[in-house]
Amino acid sequence: MDIVWFLVLSALIFCIGVAGVLTRRNPLVVLLCLELMLNAGNLALIAFSRMHGVLDGHVFALVVMVVAACEVVVGLGLIVAMYRRRIPIDVDELSELRG
Amino acid sequence: MWFEQVMFFVAALLALAGALGVVVLRNPFYSVLSLIGHLFALAILFLLLSAEFLAAAQVIVYAGAVMVLYLFVVAYVGGVEESLDIGTAGRLGPVFALALFAELCVAVIGTALSAVDSRGAELGAGFGSPGQVGELLLERFLIPFEAASFLLLVAAVGAVVLARRRRGLEQLDADEAGGDVRAGTGPAEVTP
Repeated sequence: MDIVWFLVLSALIFCIGVAGVLTRRNPLVVLLCLELMLNAGNLALIAFSRMHGVLDGHVFALVVMVVAACEVVVGLGLIVAMYRRRIPIDVDELSELRG
Repeated sequence: MWFEQVMFFVAALLALAGALGVVVLRNPFYSVLSLIGHLFALAILFLLLSAEFLAAAQVIVYAGAVMVLYLFVVAYVGGVEESLDIGTAGRLGPVFALALFAELCVAVIGTALSAVDSRGAELGAGFGSPGQVGELLLERFLIPFEAASFLLLVAAVGAVVLARRRRGLEQLDADEAGGDVRAGTGPAEVTP
């Protein structure tokens, strides 16, 4: 399988993620779409790593996974805090910094 | 050879279906389930690129641990189905995504990297195995590795601080709701 197939697939997944982030209003789903974009980036990194036959891309992908996990944890914490304060879970409503 | 191609197309279709499901499904619970399917399909793709360790990490850490956290929060917050009215910005979103896809395709297909049209370099034995990745992590990339672990620690502490129950907040809620105080005084409540 040529590397270019993996790259095009990764671009497609990334764009689906972008469409989701722009379209959806539930912050939970926005976070999920961010995951999609990060995973598409991972796929491209691993494809390039395979293309060069060097393992550096794998380490980079691992770090991306760590960053994704941190982002999820902090994002979900924010959503739980919003839910506790009975703020509507909708990114369009969240237009001011002050709670 | 043909087995690899069949696996690629099956996994690619599954990954695309999962990704579309995340965006299209209205209930966040089903979105999360769809993302889990997507992650499994991506793990198959990683295996095709001979990234065995990352495929395993993807399934165990991502689909196993992170998604369970998601499911818990969705179940806690409640799967609120959002309305279908998406507004002008929402309608422009897919257009923008399509334009971005066209641009990325032009960049990938018109690239000057000739190796993109090959199956990649010849691999030594054990490419992508846990041993080799671990060696890189602990030798050449030791500082990024430690920084990542520190980042995880900061995120964990931050999430606890963000999501804990605040006493002042409870009183505020009680004032607003007229005595509707949840009497939960669990061990998590350590605020002075």
